[in-house]
Amino acid sequence: MDSLSDAVAWMAWTWQTVLFFAALAACLAGLTALAVYRPETPHVGVLGFATTRGDRFFVSLLLSAFIFVGFIRFGGQDFTWPGLAALAATALMFRFA
Amino acid sequence: MDSRVWDNRAWLFVVPVMAFVLFSSLIPMMTVVNYSFQDSMGQNSFFWNGPGWFQNLLDPTTAVGARFQGALLRNFAFSFTVLAIEIPLGIAVALCIPKSGWRVGAVLVAIALPLLIPYNVVGTIWQLFSRTDIGLLGVALGRSGVPFNVTQNAGSAWAVIVLMDVWHWTSMVALLCYAGLKAIPDAYYQAARIDGANRWSVFRNIELPKLRKVLVIAMLLRFMGSFMIYTEPFTVTGGGPGEDTSFLSIDLVKMALGQVDLGNAAAYSLVYNLITLTVCWMFFTYTTHADSKDVA
Repeated sequence: MDSLSDAVAWMAWTWQTVLFFAALAACLAGLTALAVYRPETPHVGVLGFATTRGDRFFVSLLLSAFIFVGFIRFGGQDFTWPGLAALAATALMFRFA
Repeated sequence: MDSRVWDNRAWLFVVPVMAFVLFSSLIPMMTVVNYSFQDSMGQNSFFWNGPGWFQNLLDPTTAVGARFQGALLRNFAFSFTVLAIEIPLGIAVALCIPKSGWRVGAVLVAIALPLLIPYNVVGTIWQLFSRTDIGLLGVALGRSGVPFNVTQNAGSAWAVIVLMDVWHWTSMVALLCYAGLKAIPDAYYQAARIDGANRWSVFRNIELPKLRKVLVIAMLLRFMGSFMIYTEPFTVTGGGPGEDTSFLSIDLVKMALGQVDLGNAAAYSLVYNLITLTVCWMFFTYTTHADSKDVA
């Protein structure tokens, strides 16, 4: 991790943020590959309008961000809980949206 | 049978744009994310600060947290005030625009004029207009005994900024509503005449329901415009008196460029961005799904 940190330090990057954005890019690449090789039909769920996998992924990201912001706003310290809540929200989103 | 070959290679034409957006927008935004997790002592040397800036920002008992909460509440108050005035006024103006004849063009051009003026010019016009020494509005109010001073009185500053936004943007709401009204087929009005409906029930039962889509679009556009407003209030009040008209973008620019408080400003802009991104997503979703049958 130290060599990665050194390689990205000139633009104030850190290995944590590199991993985060790399995971995000991997998810987008995975969704693109799925869209090409396993095309889907959008379906209407709890959100009330037709969603694709991409929509559900984006809403999950937004929800997760709000979960973390809300958790910090009310003084939470242990980030395991909002992390688990974000994962649960994502799972619910992909199942019911 | 469809004999066309399935070929998506045309998407490759998008690659240069993607590369440019990555270079000009996405990577700089990622750098903001990096700033939000680190502290710096200058000399471009950074050290890890974890969620510290976010905890600072979202805790209203800290100085930065109080600033953020104040600016956020002020900004919501401003956006809702502006919407509460511009949407009904825009509908009213649209109902008064003639439907045919030479007057249509003349009225539409006159209404569109404020939309063509650059933001900083609008701000300068209203700044001069409201001055108590040489401005027509300021002098007129002063001589008639109304306590009015944009630089000292928060009420005056708010009144001028709200009035300025209404002057600048009601036209857009009116033009959108006018387009919506023009799209209502005449058969609806004929049916209303046969039923002997009065003007109010025509508006309530035909025009307003038919305007629903353009009104949602107008509301989202005006919310975004007023939530991200910077130039106009900055030109008129500079965020003052005190902090009374410091909206999010004004406060953020002060923090990031004035005080070079990178960590706090980065966390600030990310939370701000989260709100605008959510509204943008609602706007995009509504405009792409509103016409399709997939809305439940």
